[in-house]
Amino acid sequence: MTDLETFRKETRAWLEANCPAEMREPQKSEDEACWGGRKWVFKSPAQKQWLEVMAEKGWTVPDWPKAYGGGGLSAEEAKILRSEMASLGCRPPLLSFGIWMLGPALLKFGTEAQKKHYLPQIARGEIRWCQGYSEPGSGSDLVSLQTYGEDKGDHWVVNGQKIWTSYADKADWIFCLVRTNKEDKYHGISFLLFDMTTPGVTTKPIKLISGASPFCETFFDNVKVPKHQIVGELNRGWDVAKYLLGHEREMISGGGLGEGMASIGAAFKDVAAEEPVLRAQMALFDVETMVFRAHSERFMDDWKTGKAHPAYSNLMKYVGTELNKKRHELVMAAGGSDALEWESERSKTGAKPRTWLRTKANSIEGGTSEVMLNVVSKRILEMPGA
Amino acid sequence: MGLNHTEAQAMLKDSVAPFLAENAPVKHLRNLRDSNDQTGFARDLWKQFAEMGFTGILIPEAEGGLGLGHVEAGIVLEEIGRNLTPSPFLTTAVAAVEALKGAGAHLRGEWFPRILSGDAVIGLAIDEGAKHRPAATALVAARAGNGFKLSGKKQFVVHGHVADMLIVAARTAGAPGEEQGITLFAVPRDAAGVSVEADRLVDSQLSARVTLDGVEVTADAVIGDVDGGWGPLGKLLDAGRIGAAAEMVGVGGGAMDMTFDYLKQRKQFGRVIGEFQALQHRAAHLYGEMEGARSIVLKAQHLLDDGDPRAELFVAAAKAKAGLACNLSVREGVQMHGGIGMTDEYDIGLYMKRDRALAEFFGDSYFHADRVARMNGY
Ligand SMILES: Cc1cc2nc3c(=O)[nH]c(=O)nc-3n(C[C@H](O)[C@H](O)[C@H](O)COP(=O)(O)OP(=O)(O)OC[C@H]3O[C@@H](n4cnc5c(N)ncnc54)[C@H](O)[C@@H]3O)c2cc1C
Ligand SMILES: Cc1cc2nc3c(=O)[nH]c(=O)nc-3n(C[C@H](O)[C@H](O)[C@H](O)COP(=O)(O)OP(=O)(O)OC[C@H]3O[C@@H](n4cnc5c(N)ncnc54)[C@H](O)[C@@H]3O)c2cc1C
Repeated sequence: MTDLETFRKETRAWLEANCPAEMREPQKSEDEACWGGRKWVFKSPAQKQWLEVMAEKGWTVPDWPKAYGGGGLSAEEAKILRSEMASLGCRPPLLSFGIWMLGPALLKFGTEAQKKHYLPQIARGEIRWCQGYSEPGSGSDLVSLQTYGEDKGDHWVVNGQKIWTSYADKADWIFCLVRTNKEDKYHGISFLLFDMTTPGVTTKPIKLISGASPFCETFFDNVKVPKHQIVGELNRGWDVAKYLLGHEREMISGGGLGEGMASIGAAFKDVAAEEPVLRAQMALFDVETMVFRAHSERFMDDWKTGKAHPAYSNLMKYVGTELNKKRHELVMAAGGSDALEWESERSKTGAKPRTWLRTKANSIEGGTSEVMLNVVSKRILEMPGA
Repeated sequence: MGLNHTEAQAMLKDSVAPFLAENAPVKHLRNLRDSNDQTGFARDLWKQFAEMGFTGILIPEAEGGLGLGHVEAGIVLEEIGRNLTPSPFLTTAVAAVEALKGAGAHLRGEWFPRILSGDAVIGLAIDEGAKHRPAATALVAARAGNGFKLSGKKQFVVHGHVADMLIVAARTAGAPGEEQGITLFAVPRDAAGVSVEADRLVDSQLSARVTLDGVEVTADAVIGDVDGGWGPLGKLLDAGRIGAAAEMVGVGGGAMDMTFDYLKQRKQFGRVIGEFQALQHRAAHLYGEMEGARSIVLKAQHLLDDGDPRAELFVAAAKAKAGLACNLSVREGVQMHGGIGMTDEYDIGLYMKRDRALAEFFGDSYFHADRVARMNGY
């Protein structure tokens, strides 16, 4: 047996022994996911146990170095772990902006002290992070941001406003883009980390079309941020932000993965049998689903081995999010008037229409589809022009 | 193993790509067409394919071939597609070889050496109507003495008029529409009662309508089992479908690259047209579609080579997607070239024509999306 086959066998055995049965049941709603953090209340003892055993093994972040709370796995091993978890139906032990976004940026740009301090907290799910990028006047054109950090020797005093900050009211810390030089657009932004309980930070939830309030307006009023809480060099935060966005896009593109990858027609056989035109749309959609899964697999294999084009995650984000939106259009069409119910218990308080509406944000958050196409066209296809 | 090419496969690509670009670029197709060639491909090029070992890619090592897989065959086919090279490679060295693997020693012994040496061409006599419906096979093979007597009509038999042998799907039992009761036969094209009528297709390839009028063959001509031809036919079709899909990745890729080059050169309104966002977004979208097609084709090739039971499903999805993406590529290609894209002198139109023919070959995107739905249980 090769080392990898042995690893697969051992991994499977370990997961079977350690993943609580309840954590192998499909999630009934997004609310059941585990996000961790100081304010987190575990939904069940099994959820807590699953996070703890996985964190202990470093498998909440399988491919991070062991020294920072990771599993130290190679790209091949991490792929095996993912596929074994998928085939046993194990839920992810922890969802986290720290894992998907900040962690990779710290691994690349952080000081040794920062890595030792922040990364294990992320891996164990102790600190929940939010992302302070967008502002009312700076969305797609993020580099125009205005939130300002005034230099006060050993600290900055930050003033300004962020918007669309996902889970700002539930997060413990924020990674935040702050202007530290008003003269230089690109080289005048710094990447700062600070505690959301720092005096002067307030959040105000915004209600979405789905009725949920997962994100906030976030206000900074004379917030003191110590100088050692900068990631990367002063005024070079844009490099960190861009690198992080690559990971964010990679993560959002996978939004359609998991249960979203199953055959849509198989889930609505009766409707498909009665409605040939809808069945045809579902058949073509199933093809696209399989295509995206293969495309993601190929991208991940290239990405983890450094062979992918650095801008490729923008393409995956575009394709994956447009696909996910289309899936929920078909789910709504198949659901008919049942899928219009918003509050009934029968509809699980409108799970279908609320999810459908929520997916519309997929092609906006983390950079819009149009911006993704701009980036692909310029950086990968090398089309001319500004 | 990752979903990308191994080093050996990358090396194969590095040898195939320049070979075809040099010996059989689009000009080669034009020359054949404009000289009113009646073979449909260049025999000396087919010999060169054999010398390079390409015709033996799928033939087992024990029988003199390279014993490689669909990924390797696909590398050759992608370059054939990119150069629009007319070649019996897909029918003979890919689809027919996979069917013959299910045949007895005598048929293999007769045909594998001739395929390896580049002397034989094999035609696939499967379709009987304008659309690909292999289960609808109606051509009758009636028992006659120790053998069979075949009568009926076939169409879309590419290179059929110059083929040395035809693989014929015939009905020995059951009714048209049933998978059971089909038998595959290896029929010499010069057998008494075989008549062919060749016609040039939209993409300049030559394809035949074949009539079998009481053609007598012995039991030795049967590939696989009597009434059980769906088995080797399935192998033939999977190989042909994934092969055609790989070729379409090449056709679509070739058209796309040509178009992107044009966007970077053509000036209107005082600017290079590639600066217009309306075109940039469509270009980026097209690139994503072609990348998706490339990925699912590679995935299906891997599953076929691994003997994975999901291969049939993935081959269907791959043929469906390659068809959709390649079609988008040639349509956008002609459109983004403006008036010049409509001219015979410019190559983009030739890509559009090849796409149309490959779309129909072994079933179009709609046919395969329907199969995906059926295999998914609806
Ligand atoms: C659910 C959700 C969660 C979010 N979470 C966070 C978060 O946690 N932290 C955070 O910082 N931000 C977050 N965002 C904000 C998100 O990043 C922005 O909404 C996004 O970048 C778009 O900016 P905007 O809303 O200002 O739209 P605008 O930039 O004003 O865009 C409006 C329209 O114009 C198009 N457009 C803009 N520029 C171009 C161009 N150059 N070419 C072509 N078309 C263009 C856009 O594609 C869009 O269709 C979240 C957003 C959503 C919806
Ligand atoms: C069959 C046929 C018959 C014709 N008959 C006549 C005739 O009788 N008399 C005559 O004078 N002309 C005739 N024409 C020419 C026709 O009007 C031009 O082909 C047409 O105006 C496009 O110009 P072009 O071919 O130079 O393409 P280009 O202008 O070079 O366009 C190339 C591509 O770039 C796109 N593009 C160009 N500018 C922009 C922009 N600003 N934003 C976004 N995209 C852009 C175009 O849409 C096209 O996809 C004919 C053309 C054809 C094909």
